[in-house]
Amino acid sequence: MKARYLLGISLSFAIVGCAPGTDPSLEQTGADPQLPELHDALVPVLKIPTPAGWDGEMPTVPEGYTVTPIARDLKIPRQTLVLPNGDILVAEGRGGYAPPMRPKDIISGFFKSRGVTSVEGGDRITLLRDTDGDGQTDLQTTFIDGLDAPYGLAFVDNTLYVANQDRLVQFAYTEGATSIDGPGRELTALPAVLNHHWTKAMTASPDGSKLYVGIGSNSNVGERGMDVEENRAVVWEIDRLTGASRIFASGLRNPTALSFNPDTDQLWVVVNERDEIGPQLVPDYLTSVRDGGWYGWPYSYWGQNVDPRVRPQRPDLVRAAIRPDYALGSHVAALGVDFATDGGLGGVFSEGAFVGEHGSWNRSDPSGYKVVFVPFRNGRPAGDPVDLLTGFLKDGHARGRPVGVTYDAPRQALLVADDVSNTVWRIVPDAAASRGSREPVPMASAR
Amino acid sequence: MRSVAGAGPIHSILLAFPVALYPAALVSDIAYLNTAVIQWSNFSSWLLAGANLFAGFLLAWAIILAIIGRAASARRWLYPVIVAAMFVLGVLNSFQHSRDGWHSVGTFGLILSIICTILALAAAFLAHSRSGIVEEAS
Repeated sequence: MKARYLLGISLSFAIVGCAPGTDPSLEQTGADPQLPELHDALVPVLKIPTPAGWDGEMPTVPEGYTVTPIARDLKIPRQTLVLPNGDILVAEGRGGYAPPMRPKDIISGFFKSRGVTSVEGGDRITLLRDTDGDGQTDLQTTFIDGLDAPYGLAFVDNTLYVANQDRLVQFAYTEGATSIDGPGRELTALPAVLNHHWTKAMTASPDGSKLYVGIGSNSNVGERGMDVEENRAVVWEIDRLTGASRIFASGLRNPTALSFNPDTDQLWVVVNERDEIGPQLVPDYLTSVRDGGWYGWPYSYWGQNVDPRVRPQRPDLVRAAIRPDYALGSHVAALGVDFATDGGLGGVFSEGAFVGEHGSWNRSDPSGYKVVFVPFRNGRPAGDPVDLLTGFLKDGHARGRPVGVTYDAPRQALLVADDVSNTVWRIVPDAAASRGSREPVPMASAR
Repeated sequence: MRSVAGAGPIHSILLAFPVALYPAALVSDIAYLNTAVIQWSNFSSWLLAGANLFAGFLLAWAIILAIIGRAASARRWLYPVIVAAMFVLGVLNSFQHSRDGWHSVGTFGLILSIICTILALAAAFLAHSRSGIVEEAS
């Protein structure tokens, strides 16, 4: 792998002569990131740290916090949800079925597959229960089986909503249940042609009347043609009772996680931006989403920066593109977002959003591979991102890669799904750990 | 009649691919530049991949022929040099075509496709006329 990667790099240097390097002086996070000039190398950089075991070690948390694994041997955990009784649901699976379109897709697909787990996706939801409130899992069992790459989860009015890669299904829930049989009821089909970006992120509106689903683009930057981009790179708003859907916002390349800001009841989303125009383009971002908002993909990035790879160009659409609120850094691949509520994890992690960064492949100096916290004040981001969970990379290997993050307010804990070590990590402040973190499930309701 | 060195059946088959596929990629590139319909660029990518694969085998064949051949040395190496240039530029063109969208062809890709087309035709001319020269001499 390393030899091949070095060959790729030396080839790109030999051919282009001036392959762009990373300029560490560029500020790439925050409301106003510095963007270098666009440069698409002849040989795109593919640097994917291959998996390695933890060997008894743990990821790193700041002083005063503790991280523990609460589930292992999962089958590609992606997103988590905490039920009212404290049970944790974990969506597991791997989706996508876009066939190779060019020789390039076969080659890059091979290299990218070396950076992920060899475990087959579970296509299921696992339930984790802590019966004695010590924070450890006492029961780990399959909750719903036979799904199709489930990702987004939402719970409203005793109903569990699961966003498979092709459709949104609902299941009636009885408190304390440890499994649900049957296929569920389809609320609506979701756009599923090709599914180049297959994840269907989901959240419910604060009043529970609407569900919001993130639907990623079918290409990096429209190179499969714009016909296959209908209903892609959008956030759908779905009526929870009727299943009627409409495009809520568009031009969001790959909206991989959604969450409502508890202070403003505004929808926020993390978006993965385009690749192959340099190690520091384009920053992935966290942004509030306006009803009817247009965010530029594929015609422009970060507001009005035109992407020359897209023809025919659309200056009319570029003019209308909204600049995102907050850059997270280029290629960090944010796949999880959740807001802190009720004081969060305390200290600097009190008010703001947790963001899970899966990690880069398109730059020689890996970025992401951690969970950060974006501090907020008055409903807006305020300040630089703060590292919360790090240490995933070691000696050029990835021991884990963070995906979904869920803040469990009643137990003051953050849950992090890790789809390389197939683990769910749980972070608590030490003060909370000593006062019994997870509320025990009343045995009367545990059926 | 003697058939020396020149284009035997295997050599002819290997040579046929670049001769057909590089010009086809050129035509497909032109169609893309005129229409911006991405499928033309995809066609070019696959045409170039096929052309490069057989150009690689052809290059190996041409080098072997040059080593064991009896022609005067300057003439002997002209053919493999042309095939080598065609192969290297063809691979370069494949990388160019692996860029996304409009950047997959561009001026650079078009020029490479034109050069590869010319080199493929020149190689075929040399290969197939060389045996003719041999025939006249015998």
